[in-house]
Amino acid sequence: MIRDSLANKRILITGATGFLGTALVERLLRSVPNCHIVVLIRPGQRQSAQDRCKREIIRHDCFDTLRAELGDRFDQEIENRLTTISGDVGSERLGLDEAGLLELAKCDIAIHSAATVSFDAPLDQAVEVNLLGPSRVAKALAHVAPSRPTGPAHLIAVSTAYVSGGHRGDAPEVIPTKAPFALDLNWEAEVTSARRIRSDAEAQSRSISKMADFQKQARHEIGAAGRPLLARKAEELRSDWVKKLMVEAGLARSQMLGWPDAYAYTKSLGERALIASCGPIPISIVRPSIIESALAEPRPGWIRGFRMAEPVIISYARGLLKEFPGVPEGTVDVIPVDMVVATLIAVAAKGPDPNGPSVTQIASGSRNPLKYRQLVDLVRSWFLEHPLYDTHGQPIVVPEWSFPGRGRVQSQLERVTSVLSALEKTVSTLPLRGKQASIAAQLETKRSQYERALGYVKLYGAYTETEARFRVDRLLELAESLDADDSDFVLDPAVIDWTHYVHDIHLPSIVVHARVKTSPGKKVSGDRTDRATKAILDPSRHLAAFDLENTLIASNVVDAYAWLATRHLDGRDRVRESMHLISKAPSLLLQDRKDRGDFLRAFYRRYEGADLGVLEGDAMELFTDFLLTRAFPKGLARVRKHRELGHKTLLITGALDFAIEGLKPLFDDVVAAKMTADENGILTGELEQLPPTGEARALVIQDYASAYNLELGESVAYADSASDLAMLEAVGFPVAVNPEAKLAAIARRRGWHVEQWPKSPGSPRRLLPIGPPPHPGQNGPWQGAMGALGQAVNMASSSILRSLERRK
Amino acid sequence: MSSRPGFVMEVDRSTPPTLFWHGEGWKLEKLPSGSRIIYPKEPMEALRDPDRAIQDALDNPLGESEPLDALLKPGMKLTIAFDDISLPLPPMQKPDIRQRVIEAVLTRAANAGVDDVVLIAALALHRRMTEAELRHALGNRVYDSFAPHGLLKQHDAEDPDGLTYLGTTDKGEEVEISKRACESDLIVYVNINLVAMDGGHKSVATGLASYKSLRHHHNVATMRASKSFMDQHHSELHSANWRMGRYIKQQGIKIFQIETTLNTNTFPSQFRFLQKREWEWDIRDRATFIASSKVMSKTPPRINRSVFHSILSPHAMSSVQAGEVEAVHERTTEHVYAQQLVPVSGQSDILTLGLPYISPYNVNSVLNPILVACLGLGYFFNLYRNKPLVRKGGVLIMSHPTTWEFNPVHHPSYIDFFDQVLSETTDPEVIQSKYEESFAKDPWYIHLYRTGNAYHGVHPFYMWYWCAHALEHLGKVIIVGGDPKAVSRLGFSPATTLMDALEMAKDVVGSNPSLTHFHVPPLAIADVS
Repeated sequence: MIRDSLANKRILITGATGFLGTALVERLLRSVPNCHIVVLIRPGQRQSAQDRCKREIIRHDCFDTLRAELGDRFDQEIENRLTTISGDVGSERLGLDEAGLLELAKCDIAIHSAATVSFDAPLDQAVEVNLLGPSRVAKALAHVAPSRPTGPAHLIAVSTAYVSGGHRGDAPEVIPTKAPFALDLNWEAEVTSARRIRSDAEAQSRSISKMADFQKQARHEIGAAGRPLLARKAEELRSDWVKKLMVEAGLARSQMLGWPDAYAYTKSLGERALIASCGPIPISIVRPSIIESALAEPRPGWIRGFRMAEPVIISYARGLLKEFPGVPEGTVDVIPVDMVVATLIAVAAKGPDPNGPSVTQIASGSRNPLKYRQLVDLVRSWFLEHPLYDTHGQPIVVPEWSFPGRGRVQSQLERVTSVLSALEKTVSTLPLRGKQASIAAQLETKRSQYERALGYVKLYGAYTETEARFRVDRLLELAESLDADDSDFVLDPAVIDWTHYVHDIHLPSIVVHARVKTSPGKKVSGDRTDRATKAILDPSRHLAAFDLENTLIASNVVDAYAWLATRHLDGRDRVRESMHLISKAPSLLLQDRKDRGDFLRAFYRRYEGADLGVLEGDAMELFTDFLLTRAFPKGLARVRKHRELGHKTLLITGALDFAIEGLKPLFDDVVAAKMTADENGILTGELEQLPPTGEARALVIQDYASAYNLELGESVAYADSASDLAMLEAVGFPVAVNPEAKLAAIARRRGWHVEQWPKSPGSPRRLLPIGPPPHPGQNGPWQGAMGALGQAVNMASSSILRSLERRK
Repeated sequence: MSSRPGFVMEVDRSTPPTLFWHGEGWKLEKLPSGSRIIYPKEPMEALRDPDRAIQDALDNPLGESEPLDALLKPGMKLTIAFDDISLPLPPMQKPDIRQRVIEAVLTRAANAGVDDVVLIAALALHRRMTEAELRHALGNRVYDSFAPHGLLKQHDAEDPDGLTYLGTTDKGEEVEISKRACESDLIVYVNINLVAMDGGHKSVATGLASYKSLRHHHNVATMRASKSFMDQHHSELHSANWRMGRYIKQQGIKIFQIETTLNTNTFPSQFRFLQKREWEWDIRDRATFIASSKVMSKTPPRINRSVFHSILSPHAMSSVQAGEVEAVHERTTEHVYAQQLVPVSGQSDILTLGLPYISPYNVNSVLNPILVACLGLGYFFNLYRNKPLVRKGGVLIMSHPTTWEFNPVHHPSYIDFFDQVLSETTDPEVIQSKYEESFAKDPWYIHLYRTGNAYHGVHPFYMWYWCAHALEHLGKVIIVGGDPKAVSRLGFSPATTLMDALEMAKDVVGSNPSLTHFHVPPLAIADVS
């Protein structure tokens, strides 16, 4: 019946890049030989609809079976039977141009599966796509209907079984207005209010106090990274804030009206809107429950993207989620994707119901229910046999499930999250770097993991507590009506053996999908570091740019100044000078954190009146006596490695050029601060060349790269602090070296490579940055200590001596 | 008072535990009965009046040489080269011998109206000395008269304008040395002869040479053909230097060699137990041992290191001779042997050594793992004449903490050598052929050598070549109490205790091995029959 009925039909599919859409396209191409598929795809920012179709649909592993069946003919078959049109269900007439409308007019059937499926979509976005989308498709079809000799096309809209809301008992396959306990809702008013909430939130986010908050928070997160980056960050924070508000608004409105989330709420209103505005278009509504991995088609376990149950299951297997709320005897209504696909195809083949809009539910709950306790037992027993492994290669034992109430789990998680974020806040204010700073970053990761878990509980909790039974009478009727030829289209959920499905199909598939560690051993993270190092040290890189302070050398401009300033002082003056600077340290640090450029300019005034010649003479000694002892040998070796590989190497530093004279031969080029001197070689304290700081560093790299025809995407940058963010962002391979807390957090979030470069453990250490005495006297620096030790030894030995003598 | 000679003692049940140096510290170890301990000779008597002896030596030169005064003429170019920071060990109490000798030479030069005088520290590829180190070696008077005028130089083996290529020896060895030295009418070389390898033609031919010249004898083949390099008659290192020295002489370059020897009074009085035989420790020695061990166990290693490196040795001049290089060196060697030679009969299966905190290349710095290897396998192993103390295929057990520490100022190329080269191979020949050139010609190392206080890029290779003879000879090397990771990187076996090490050694030398402990420093040379 199916193949005959759909032969020579043109079928429009929206949402083809989604989980259900991809499976639908594939199944039609593979199992219904003579139909033609038209996919409506929204062009991306950089990709055309055609490119997206190729990359996101055709090349997907969903098509592996078909590709294997067709062999060389695959491309030709796709070419012949698949047409891509560029459009957007968020726009009127689907954003189609004339050619697109012509193409639309040729379609006999439209299957609308485009939706914002995420359960925590911002309210207005869910409204635009889920609520208004179906009626937009219907209107577009109505618009082209007059030009169709065979009459208007049949529209099949994919909805969700959960539009029936949270009531207990039977949920029949009827349109929303006829459903039990249906609320009298005006969908147009809901659209208007959602749009207004958005504009209110936007306005609120631009209030003076809010904007000050965002600015403060941006500074807290990325520090002195420069004005443009701070501005970008603040704007990001603002739009995130608005989005969060919209998500909350969606959830609140939905739950108030009895739906578990904004998805079900907008889908339900979408059905009403569709029925109200479909005009001459015959419509069928298909409502699947929770769609999960395939039972058989295109292959058992096939899944696309991370859906609802997977993150929860993986969090549980990782030991992160100890409990998930739910009623043990509640039904988890799960349906394999291939059954939904088969239903859609069968509905399409059957054609519209002459009696008006029809609803077909495809759900397992009433026919072959999977109880929550059964699911939990299946998951737990499987992971006990196939545990995941932690980063130390130890198997993770999944916890026993106690079926707690939603409130308890939620408050537990909320407590953990708030403790973690308080800890994180404390740690992030400490001046840590390197390994300690990565602890802060780890805290952040942990916190966000828990926050996510909390999110799951809030969002999905309702789905494990469902006590509605979704009736599938029409589905079974439809299944009855199929011929023997159609036996490969399985609609009846009764065929699912849950133990087999969970143990042998679903879990093995999602574990692979989640790329979690399923075998012991410590390799995974090591591999990642190795890969990153290899990529950084690939001969095809172009440029390696280095920050100096705390990236290559554990020192700063203040130390160097103190060393130079005390070089020609005697005895007590030397100590006094450095103690004076140390007493200034807190205020200097504060100034530095605010704006590095201003700090450097102010600090370098101290050099006013110094003799450049003398400083230059001392600089080499500063280098060996002080800077080199604080250098990171791995860093110096890295610079040399880059040069050896033929990369250009560039040092960018706010230090004064004469102070880093000894380092210059290490690099191809050096960009440093430069101070003017008068005709007698006396420094003026004013800078001739502003030290490149913050975003200016990115510009320096860009200029340098374009001058030497280097590609920044192929370049590496090394830095230690969030104030170098612009420089790190400018290149394709950013490396955080001994990062301070802010950068450590950023690096972790963005997956940047992190290096820990220690000082050489055998290097001489000095308490104060003081130059060697101008006239090394009779005694070496440790003569005093030697004398003290000698004295201590003498005293100790004579007391031992005395006690021995007494014993005699 | 004449000093008692060195001797070999057999351990029996009444023998007290033996002192083992262990880096910046020491341990007492009980050796198995039947083991032998080689004790050095006690310090010989020093010259009563070293300044007088110096004047005598300058007036009464050895070999075919006129007295110094006769060689000094107004208007001449005079270069005084002197041994660098690597000698003596530990650095000596003031005044340093170099100061005494150079002041004497300078006085005579001034009297003779010589006004073109340059002092050069004969660094070869060693690190440049710091101002404090130069002042210590030369005294403030000499330093302040020469340094401010740029007349106190440190040899720069990488200065393209500061070297003269003289030609090749009959064996094809290229000779390239300091240009100033070549252009001088007279070179006065001021040496301190701590071990038998020092001095002679090596002073100029090595101390003032370039890498191009040095590589002809600082290589694996030469070191393997020097058995040992402390024994000039069986040392290819010695022969090569002599060929070069004679070639330099043939080119008309005039050298007035002044060599000095030291007695082995190595440690100051508060540590006198370090150079006494354990059964002769009096109650004060034992108390000092316990007290110092206690103090050191409480203070951080970093502080201990600084304290040890500030030890100035009381060793005193035991002879001084001047004149023609070879004649002078012959006499010098006699004096060194007189102080250091200890007759030992026969080899043993196992040799044990306690390694101290210092070697020629880490004055005021940490003894990094490569230098640990060089001190044990290069220096102490080679302190023999005739035959090594340990038989072919035997085991060397050394005691040293061998921490993974490097001084980034003095030893930058060591860090990379340890990281990049020894991680690939420990075979000296492979290392020489595969890696030497890239380190030797590395511009960054050259920059640090020339402008900072860094050993030349190739220097860690030489340290490894220094070990080549021992590596070829030995069946196994064990380091007791070392950082296992660092020890393994060196290709050696780490052991926690001496007893563990002895058990491990039995796998190589059988279950009933003979054992010799070489009780140095103070230094000695084993004359093994």
